[in-house]
This record gives sequence, C-alpha cells and structure tokens, in this order.
Amino acid sequence: MTELTEIRWHGRGGQGVVTAGKLLAETAMGSGQYFQAFPDFGPERMGAPIRAFTRLSSKPITIHSQIQEPDVVLVLDPTLLGVVAVAEGLKENGTLLVNTSQSPAEVRTATSFGTGKVCTVDASHIAIEEMGRDITNTPMLGAFASATGIFDIDDLAEKLRAWFGKKISPEMVEANVRAMRRAAEEVQEG
Amino acid sequence: MSTFEALTGDNAVAMAMRQINPDVVAAYPITPQTETVEFFAEYVADGLVDTEFVCVESEHSAMSACVGAASAGARVMTATAANGLALMWEIVYIAASNRCPIVMCLVNRALSAPINIHCDHSDVMGMRDAGWIILFSESGQEAYDNMIQAVRIAEHPDVLLPVAVCQDGFITSHGMERVEVFEDADVKAFVGEYKPQWPLLDIENPKTFGPLDFYDYYYEHKRQQVLAMENATRVILDVAAEFNKQFNRSYGLFEAYKLDDAEAAVVVANSTAGTAKVVVDQLRGEGLKVGLLKPRVFRPFPAREMAEALSGVKAVAVMDRSISFGAMDNAGPLYLEIVAALTRHGVQVPVSDYVFGLGGRDIVPREIEGVYRDALKAAETGQVENVVTYLSVRE
Repeated sequence: MTELTEIRWHGRGGQGVVTAGKLLAETAMGSGQYFQAFPDFGPERMGAPIRAFTRLSSKPITIHSQIQEPDVVLVLDPTLLGVVAVAEGLKENGTLLVNTSQSPAEVRTATSFGTGKVCTVDASHIAIEEMGRDITNTPMLGAFASATGIFDIDDLAEKLRAWFGKKISPEMVEANVRAMRRAAEEVQEG
Repeated sequence: MSTFEALTGDNAVAMAMRQINPDVVAAYPITPQTETVEFFAEYVADGLVDTEFVCVESEHSAMSACVGAASAGARVMTATAANGLALMWEIVYIAASNRCPIVMCLVNRALSAPINIHCDHSDVMGMRDAGWIILFSESGQEAYDNMIQAVRIAEHPDVLLPVAVCQDGFITSHGMERVEVFEDADVKAFVGEYKPQWPLLDIENPKTFGPLDFYDYYYEHKRQQVLAMENATRVILDVAAEFNKQFNRSYGLFEAYKLDDAEAAVVVANSTAGTAKVVVDQLRGEGLKVGLLKPRVFRPFPAREMAEALSGVKAVAVMDRSISFGAMDNAGPLYLEIVAALTRHGVQVPVSDYVFGLGGRDIVPREIEGVYRDALKAAETGQVENVVTYLSVRE
C-alpha cells in the first residue's frame, strides 16, 4: 500500500455507502493499517445522493479535512452518472470504479475522466442474483479489492463474516460473501 | 493488553464510560445529541455497567440530575452538544459552584440560529467563565484518553470541579478511526474507587448543599473556586504523568509540535490541529521553520506555560472556530487569550487571528498553509497585516 490512499464513495441514502466505507476501514485495521472512515455530513435521506470518505495509510493519519482529490472513487449507484460529478477532483492517475452494466469506455465518456483507470462491474445484477436485493456495498468492496489490489479477497470475506455475523442470517452472510467474490472476478477494466 | 478497535469518537467516549462504570449518567436526546448516550444506553441495557441511567425530560434536567447525584456522593457523567449545553446553562454554573466533580463529554457544535448541527466551538466558548475545567481532543483516541483522566482530575480533593472533554462534532465524533482501547481492569485501576468527601447521603453527618449564601459567604465560596482552578493545573499534570507512564502517552497542558526552533507558530485546537501537523511537515520539507501549539487544557488556561513555549517564535497565528462577538476586534476567544498571555508574560510578537470552520465549513491543508505563509511574512516584517481574517467566507 502507498503511504496514503484516499477514497470517495458515491451512492444514495439507504444503499449502505457509509457501512461499506466503515467495512473497508475495518478490513484495513485488520491488516495493521491506519484508517479513517467518515460520512459527508449532509442531511441523510433515503434515495438522496450521498458521499462517504475513507483514508487508508501505513502511518497514523492526523489530517481531518474532507477528501478533495481522491485516489479512488467508487460509485454504488449507476443513476448518479450524469447527476453527480463523480470524477471531480479524482487524481489523474486515479481509479474510477462504477456499478453499472455499461462498459468502462462508456463510463469514461459519460464522466469525462480521461487519464486514469476506469473499472466497471454490474454489482446490482450480482447483488440481485446472489442476495435477492439491490444492495451493492459488499460486491463493490470485492470489486474494489480486485481493481486496486489493496486487499486480499479472502481477508475481506473473513471480515464480512465477522461484521455481519450477528446482524443478519447465516444464509445472507454467505450470499454477501458470494456476491463480493463474484464482483471481484467480474470487474472489467478499460 | 490493549486492543485496537474501529470506533467513532462518540463510540470511543462511550467505551471509556463503560470502563469507568459511573454510578449515574443523566442525559437527554435533544437535537443534536451525540451517539455517545445511545451507545452507553446499550451498555446499560446489556448489563455491562451498573450505572443508574436517568432519562430526563430536558438538558436542563440532565445537568440538574447530575448535580443532585454528584452531591449525593455518586460518580457522575453526561454527554451533550451545542444547544443541549445551552439549555443546561443555569445548572452548568451550579455544578461548578457546588464543586460537583461531574465529567461531561462535549461534542463541539455550532449554536443556532440559523439551525446548524455541525462543528464549531461556539458551544464550549460560552462556558469558559462557568468554572469548569475544559479539555480539547484532536481525535477520538484523545477524547477516550481525556475522559479517563478527567475522572481523576475532577475528583481530586484539591480540585472538585466538573470537567468537559471536548471533541469536534461530526469530524471526529462521527468519524471512525483506529482507537487503542485499554483493558477494562487497567482503566478501572487508573480511575480507582470514588470516595466522596462530603456525600449528602452520609446521613450520620448531615450537610447542606446549595443554600442561600448572600454577602456573608458567597464571595468566599467564589474565592475557593479560584483556588480549585489554581490547583487544577498541577493535578492535571500529575494525572497526565501517571497516565503517560502507564499507557505510553505524552499528555501535558498542550502539545508543542515542531515548535522548538520555529519562527512562525499556529495555535489551533481539536481536530484541525491534526490537519495543521500535515501542513507543518510539508512546510518543514521546504525548509521553513514552522510549528504548532495545540491547546489541550483550555481551562485553567496555561498562560505562562504557553507564553514560554511561544517565546522563541517571531510570529503567532491563532485559529479560532468561534467568534467572541463584540470583543476586541471581534476576534475569537482563543486569540484573545493568547494575546493576553503573551502580553502578560512579555512575549512581544505579532499575533493574528484566523476565524474558520464556523457551522462545519471544511478546512483544508491549503488554507492552513496560507495561514503559515502569512505568519512567516509577519515574522519577517514584524507586522500583522490583518488582525482578524475570516478564512473561506463569502464576502
């Protein structure tokens, strides 16, 4: 891992954006990294566009500003493309990862993100097939791990089981893990 | 062995409260209340603490219940923020004057109006003359550490004053970070058992709390509050020394970051001090001699010690997350204190004030870098261009 990785999440209220950011941060902690995970502190309403932020680092993090120039942007909801400037501030060599059925080339055109890496995965499709619901945070974590190489998929699976362990049924936990693994495999880069 | 956990600042404070296991917690969920009370209520429901949790009907009642319980001889804690603190107002003074060693988690947020629930320091600055000890925390970790030390400071027989432990609303209160959580037994051993000196419930030795106290003794009681405040500095340092040794920390009255040979210093409290450290490192990389003074203890204000720490610099820039409306230059409270401290102790350098982040307006390293560059210029010329600058405001 580089010294500091800054990540911005885009989604809509109720899609588990904040949970995904925290889960990513906890996974980082499990591998001895320092982290911050914080929501964009606006009014949170179901369905409204929301943002969340995660910082990962091998060293203690003291900065407490919002992230303006992220290394990675994750978009959980495909309908945000064209509504929210998701690539705003994204570093030129950064990574844009979008949940969509579109190709990376189509996303590149839609977001005018010219220089960096664009990755897509149809996380909604995977989530509906595996979990019966369009909750894309865990598949997007898998896609993130695969697209950036920052996390090991098996570590992430273990963390998911620990995180969801008591909160949802064992069947749903395993469905989340399957969705996460599938998304990691199906992510496309272009 | 301590463990590392992923906790928000609110959760870190609640964790400290669980380990301290106070006798009474009274709180009210006004908007904005903190999640601290929510987490703590879960600990109560789960039987992890034997605290008497008093759900009251307002913040005024919350602080009243705390005063009653503390007078009875209980170890008492509460949590509040912004308008919640404002509603406690009358009793905030009574808690200090009755010498109730209450510990309060205070998540710093803007006061309405207009309605705002985000971070600034206008809530705590209003209570600076109320007689409370006030501690600032850069992170959830520091809030956790300060809560544990606050119990010992408040209950010290030479102090017996309430303590407010501050952290930045949303920025650290809702931000999740890696927090070192000590073993329950170590925290319990550190705070020890509370032995109240004059408990109201000691009916063999009847006492009176909060009676009429006119021109005959009121003044003497105020004088005693001053003595308690004077004693507090030593006690805060003693408790910090013990804490630092046991838990491998370096708490003092403030943190001096790369200040030794600095020509320009910024003074800023809570989470923004962490961001300022990044800027200091970056500017040091360019060979610029800059440093940071991060206040931890705001009351009692360590004027002499801070003046000494700043005696070698050529310019000081103070960053205030609140305004003292109508005060000298309409500056912020921290600036006013620093100017007074430096003047009082013979440190004659240009001091400027930067108001920032009101109502949660984000502050980024680039802006703090601008503050440092201004200060370096002032160090060179010996002049302050603007006494008060409002960072990132639309004029």
